[in-house]
Amino acid sequence: MDQHYNFAFLDERTKKRIRRALLKAVAVPGYQVPFGSREMPFAYGWGTGGVQITASIMGKNDVLKVIDQGSDDTTNAVNIRRFFARTTGVATTSKTREATLIQTRHRIPEVPLTEAQTLVYQVPMPEPLAKLEPRRQETIKMHALSEYGLMHVRLYEDIAQLGAISHAYDYPVMVNERYLMSPSPIPKFDIPKMHMNPALQLFGAGREKRLYAIPPYTPVRSLDFEDHPFEVQHWEHACALCGASESYLDEMIVDDAGSRLFVCSDSDYCEDRRDAGHVGTQQAVTLTPSPQEAA
Amino acid sequence: MKPSVLLSVREAGKAFVHQGQPRWACRDVSFDLYPGEVLAVVGESGSGKSTLLRLLAARLACDQGSVHYDLRAESENEACGLADLADLSEARLRWLARTDWGFVEQHARDGLRMNVSGGANVGERLMALGARHYGKLRSRAVSWMQRVELDTDRMDDLPATYSGGMQQRLQIARNLVTHPRLVFMDEPTTGLDVSVQARLLDLLRELVDELQLAAVVVTHDLAVARLLAQRMLVMKDGQVVEQGLTDRVLDDPQHPYTQLLVSSVLTP
Repeated sequence: MDQHYNFAFLDERTKKRIRRALLKAVAVPGYQVPFGSREMPFAYGWGTGGVQITASIMGKNDVLKVIDQGSDDTTNAVNIRRFFARTTGVATTSKTREATLIQTRHRIPEVPLTEAQTLVYQVPMPEPLAKLEPRRQETIKMHALSEYGLMHVRLYEDIAQLGAISHAYDYPVMVNERYLMSPSPIPKFDIPKMHMNPALQLFGAGREKRLYAIPPYTPVRSLDFEDHPFEVQHWEHACALCGASESYLDEMIVDDAGSRLFVCSDSDYCEDRRDAGHVGTQQAVTLTPSPQEAA
Repeated sequence: MKPSVLLSVREAGKAFVHQGQPRWACRDVSFDLYPGEVLAVVGESGSGKSTLLRLLAARLACDQGSVHYDLRAESENEACGLADLADLSEARLRWLARTDWGFVEQHARDGLRMNVSGGANVGERLMALGARHYGKLRSRAVSWMQRVELDTDRMDDLPATYSGGMQQRLQIARNLVTHPRLVFMDEPTTGLDVSVQARLLDLLRELVDELQLAAVVVTHDLAVARLLAQRMLVMKDGQVVEQGLTDRVLDDPQHPYTQLLVSSVLTP
């Protein structure tokens, strides 16, 4: 631990203010609470909102896990984990089950969370109505009066133009049947996991200076139409490494012929399964016949 | 039996502060509007017509007098009957504005959502009221587009690709889809060419008749007033100088300004 910094980098008064804002956010699920976001030694877009929340709630006995796109080994995850290891000296892990505090970008772990865990999301744009209604004052009013018809206009437009609701990530949700909320850019595959989750879920947007929360066991519902119900993604293939058919899969093109390798996005989950003896096909699949074959 | 008043305006006025002095954009306007009645407000540019319209639609607050509207009971615990708009909560006013009222803007662009398709524009109010069935929304949008004589093949196109007359008709459809009882129109035909104007007026007259709409139409075109309105108000310098049945005002104008207005038109 680097003694030149206060515990978890931020000064105590800042952390206290963020915790006060978090209390309000937990009391009003889905409501965006403004907070005095600080400059962090990261660029905006690297999770400054999530990092500030993590810093504010972290205790000496916490075990931290950081996820970026499901993986513990990507640049964002490695750097944030090292940042906290250096400024707090807390234990870090890549195992979902061992962690008490999980900061995440783009994914919710496949392993079900427990009441003892807290999930912190990094949010680029906290306002789900921003693209439809650019005026901040107007969106505040719409939240206050629960006027969310506009969001359905967007979904209608998707179906009219593309035949289906095209939001694959950042899919708008209703929290506790009251506030419309952006779930951060997680795939819509993960949204059912938010519903009645035993873990506390906190969301921080550093640039936009707002944070919000979903307390444990809070209903979260995806918006949809009666005749175009919400659906999560499905894959025709299983993970090539561990054979999992129920997890969120990344699709990688591995050669010039367009062969695709499907692997679990959650690296910890995949590793656990392989340790337990599950084996996938270990090979890429060819989805379409190559031009030569077709000819 | 006399039908109950829909909109009752008593000495309404609005002042804007100009160089430290209040200047009345309109003042002492009083009239009653009954269900199914169309009232035209005419006057020259700058006479306070549009300000008056915004007072009536609760987009501006009165500095003087009051505007009362006959509320429909939407639930048991809410007040119904004639109520002062100034006493209503913002939530109730916004609810009124997207269910019981319509507002047709002079420039269709101000009244439409330009970044979503025509069909979504028509469906927006329904979705705001809780319609959650895509197929039904779509069929409602189709039937309304047919009603205002829009080509239903264009329903998935953006309004920016529509002609001016089509945009105006789309705006009308978008407002009427919730069957409002009162529609405010701010110079609905200005800026359209003569033949399109004539067709739009024809359409408006039909719809007003068919849906038993009450309407307040602001216009500087006496022909529009003659064609649509049963009664008219003539405004000058923020005040009503003459009001009465349209035919009476146009055929036998009493006030010198109205006489000037009528005589300045070739065939009113």
